[in-house]
Amino acid sequence: MLRAERLRHSYGPVRALDDVSFTVHPGQTLAVFGPNGAGKSTLLRVLAGLIQPQGGRAHVEGGRRAIGWIGHQPQLYGQLTVIENLRFWGSLYDTQPTGDLVARLGLEEHAHRPVRALSRGLVQRVAIARALVHDPTVLLLDEPFTGLDRMAAEALSLLLGQHAAAGRATVLVTHNVEEGTELATDVAFMRTGRFVHFAPRSGRAASDIAEEYRNAVA
Amino acid sequence: MQLPDSVRHAWYVARKDLLVEFRSRTAILAAAAFVVLVLMVFNFGRDPTAVSNVDLAPSILWVTFTFAAILALNRAFQLELENQALDGLLLAPIGRSSIYVGKLIANLIFVVTVEVIGVPLLALFFNVRILPVVGPLAGIIALATVGFVAVGTLFSAMTVRTRFAELLLPVLLLPFMIPPLIWAVLATARLLGGRPLSDVAGWLKMLAAYDIVFVGVALLLFPATVNE
Repeated sequence: MLRAERLRHSYGPVRALDDVSFTVHPGQTLAVFGPNGAGKSTLLRVLAGLIQPQGGRAHVEGGRRAIGWIGHQPQLYGQLTVIENLRFWGSLYDTQPTGDLVARLGLEEHAHRPVRALSRGLVQRVAIARALVHDPTVLLLDEPFTGLDRMAAEALSLLLGQHAAAGRATVLVTHNVEEGTELATDVAFMRTGRFVHFAPRSGRAASDIAEEYRNAVA
Repeated sequence: MQLPDSVRHAWYVARKDLLVEFRSRTAILAAAAFVVLVLMVFNFGRDPTAVSNVDLAPSILWVTFTFAAILALNRAFQLELENQALDGLLLAPIGRSSIYVGKLIANLIFVVTVEVIGVPLLALFFNVRILPVVGPLAGIIALATVGFVAVGTLFSAMTVRTRFAELLLPVLLLPFMIPPLIWAVLATARLLGGRPLSDVAGWLKMLAAYDIVFVGVALLLFPATVNE
């Protein structure tokens, strides 16, 4: 469903990706942990096709239509209302936002408010709705829990669980091991553009993975 | 009848841009105020005994439109950077050319709105007779506007991620605007001077050729300007 083959990419002398290869199958959720500057965001941008890698290739089954993306920024227009934003993004995928999606993220009462008037947590919820509006089969998430209030974080965890249960793939990158581990079926640690660890989670507790992470990237 | 996907997607992008502008009204108000002020300043600053209105009006009209258009073009891609919405557009399963055409349509509607405000004001302040030549004049304005907005939309995408985008855009764009501006000024001067339409046919053809060439070139180059 999603395959990275020997990805390489540099920004001048800085290697952001150095021979990164992996496959994520339907139903898998890969959590990639790494410190700032490890190359996590570059990896997601390459997988999404937003950056052409200098070496190797990334393949997502279904192409751009299959990808849902949550990045550092919400990718919303502040002057437009929540529903106008969702309708616009949906129209680019020849679909429209469902009431169910809006309701699951608790956005019904905010649907007709301009995005710029919303709190950070609400904006992030709208960004999640935007990423899911076209019912993607592959989710790419860059620090998705940043700025979320507890309710929104729970809603996102639930949505990601349903996404995986429906046999769909997810790659999420974060520097927060506790946040990402709960959802992961597979775990990777990234340092200076390389995967220094990549293995199934196999029921390990978040604290154990956090310990392994500290040892691996220290 | 179902429109082709590329046309529909371009319209979605244009409609969104126009809705964003309609909500904020910042750029359109700034451009309209600019047009009114420039025409007013030139009106009171000129010496009517030195140069006739008909000779002066075309140059002033096109200088005004040029700088008002740059205001519009500067904001065309700026709004996509606000929350990195450009990433979303690039990730969506639509052609890069649809993004360009959508931006072009929105920019054209914006600039034409400013021109619709400017032309009657020119007639008012400079006492030139617009009504007898309104059709051909609209043709000149439309052809010239398509040309420089097509180039400007491309350069706006090229410069938006640079540190000095607002400075760089006019520096890059103005040299490319010179040919259509000269042709537009010459054609407008002849029309307002009461010359027959056949006298401006050559300039109109030049403007049309410029439009075809530069819309085509912009469509070819646009994907390379937005890809990382």
